[in-house]
Amino acid sequence: MPRTPTANGIIERDETTMEKEIALLHRADFEFSHIFYFCRKGFEAIVEDEVTQRFSSEELLSWNLLTRTNVNFHYISLRLTVVWVIGVIVRYCFLLPLRFTLAAIGITSMIVGTTAVGQLPNSSVKNYLSEVVHLTCSRILVRALSGTIHYHNKENRPRKGGICVANHTSPIDAIILTNDGCYAMVGQVHGGLMGIIQRATVKACPHVWFERSEMKDRHLVTKRLREHVADKSKLPILIFPEGTCINNTSVMMFKKGSFEIGGTIYPVAIKYDPQFGDAFWNSSKYNIVSYLLRIMTSWAIVCNVWYLPPMVRKEDEDAVQFANRVRSAIARQGGLTELPWDGGLKRAKVKDTFKEEQQKNYSKMLVRNGSIGSLSAETESD
Amino acid sequence: MKKSGSITSPSWSDKFSQGLFFGLFCHEMCFLQFIWVSHSQITRLYSRFTSLDKGENGTLSREDFQRIPELAINPLGDRIINAFFPEGEDQVNFRGFMRTLAHFRPIEDNEKSKDQNGPEPLNSRSNKLHFAFRLYDLDKDDKISRDELLQVLRMMVGVNISDEQLGSIADRTIQEADQDGDSAISFAEFVKVLEKVDVEQKMSIRFLH
Repeated sequence: MPRTPTANGIIERDETTMEKEIALLHRADFEFSHIFYFCRKGFEAIVEDEVTQRFSSEELLSWNLLTRTNVNFHYISLRLTVVWVIGVIVRYCFLLPLRFTLAAIGITSMIVGTTAVGQLPNSSVKNYLSEVVHLTCSRILVRALSGTIHYHNKENRPRKGGICVANHTSPIDAIILTNDGCYAMVGQVHGGLMGIIQRATVKACPHVWFERSEMKDRHLVTKRLREHVADKSKLPILIFPEGTCINNTSVMMFKKGSFEIGGTIYPVAIKYDPQFGDAFWNSSKYNIVSYLLRIMTSWAIVCNVWYLPPMVRKEDEDAVQFANRVRSAIARQGGLTELPWDGGLKRAKVKDTFKEEQQKNYSKMLVRNGSIGSLSAETESD
Repeated sequence: MKKSGSITSPSWSDKFSQGLFFGLFCHEMCFLQFIWVSHSQITRLYSRFTSLDKGENGTLSREDFQRIPELAINPLGDRIINAFFPEGEDQVNFRGFMRTLAHFRPIEDNEKSKDQNGPEPLNSRSNKLHFAFRLYDLDKDDKISRDELLQVLRMMVGVNISDEQLGSIADRTIQEADQDGDSAISFAEFVKVLEKVDVEQKMSIRFLH
């Protein structure tokens, strides 16, 4: 697996592959020293591994005056502490109430507006008004987060009947994207405030909301999405193929489901600037409310959005290869590392097939080094 | 460390004693010259320890280690995890964690001429070899028997090599290394087999700062 060293790495990872270290030992077969390779790799993984660090916030090289990003917080100087206290007062007493008010206005107008538009009969007027409502409310919400977004390559913006895929860092990714265009959202039906918003918006615009039971049925999901994409007058679907929030330093494995639907894929790369605030949602550590509170008390949300040229699946490519191709393009544009690991490892155990692959590679080396072959030749000659 | 909080949530006294322990521990480290890691390295490793400790009770269990994907796919992952836990225990605290990691410190040249009367540092060549020996010696009887070697080999190759072939590999390895004819490898024989191997380089992890 390709490894790129992180700027904040703790240890020097040894890049020697299994082949180089074990196969070069020119004595025929198994040696006691083979264990050193596995041992060292194991300990390197214990001290610092590529995967689990993606599920927690990125560590910054220079502090941005938010204690939450200073992991090893210690007192540095009186002047810095004073500046920090001023910062806290500004953020909590001044910015937070402003932002909260804006957010409340935004959400209320979204619910009221989309319900109102939803009463109209289906027509081009309705579609136009729905777009206006969605865009306006989205813009209010982005202001509520003090978002500064730079869009690049707007000519590649997703078109109707296409599928927009992007890397996933937080729930606000959707708002960042809808600030500049209208999309049909795909997601699970939630309860509470989120559920109210979902029910209101689906009247105005054909979003695709699934019940929890329906999500388990992959064929049903694919079928519904396929129907949506086939209708060229419908808005592009917005999908996050990683399936979970990653900390914006890397792009993990894309689930192939989105790439089996067909149609044109419009990749989008989103990169947040960590100096102004940490956008990553660590769902195992914070619930959505405390996450939103943290976002609203950061300095700002600054991010870059790149619209990449559309891609279609080639004749000789299968869904997995296509997914990897799209992923590479997004990672390259956003300056993120690519990891072949599944984002689901946040919660699930890794599959045994990977361990079996390692065992197979090692066995091949033992066999290749000739000992087994020569042994069977000996027994034959007996 | 006496636990006064509940099992599921650490109390304030737990956290305080953890912090205090950590502070004292740093001093202990430097004073005993036991492990000789720098202060920043201890801080980084403690930060790593707490991030692995999902239960937030100051100790790691085997499941916490299994959660590291790169370790879970390592064929010898279970043996490595086992090395952290002393006999019969299911939890390892930060001191035990550092103790085991200390075996992988690189050997610095100027350390070789240090205090000869003190205890041998954990990262000496002999102790590194002893650590590797213990990975093979499953029942901890200071000998690697044919069965033990077979079991470790089976872990490393999975299902890809037959029993007979694996058996012959084990037999040949023991035959080559065994000097006193007891069909088992003692630590001295183990050391002799590996005398030409650069153990210091292969069993070391370098810190970047």
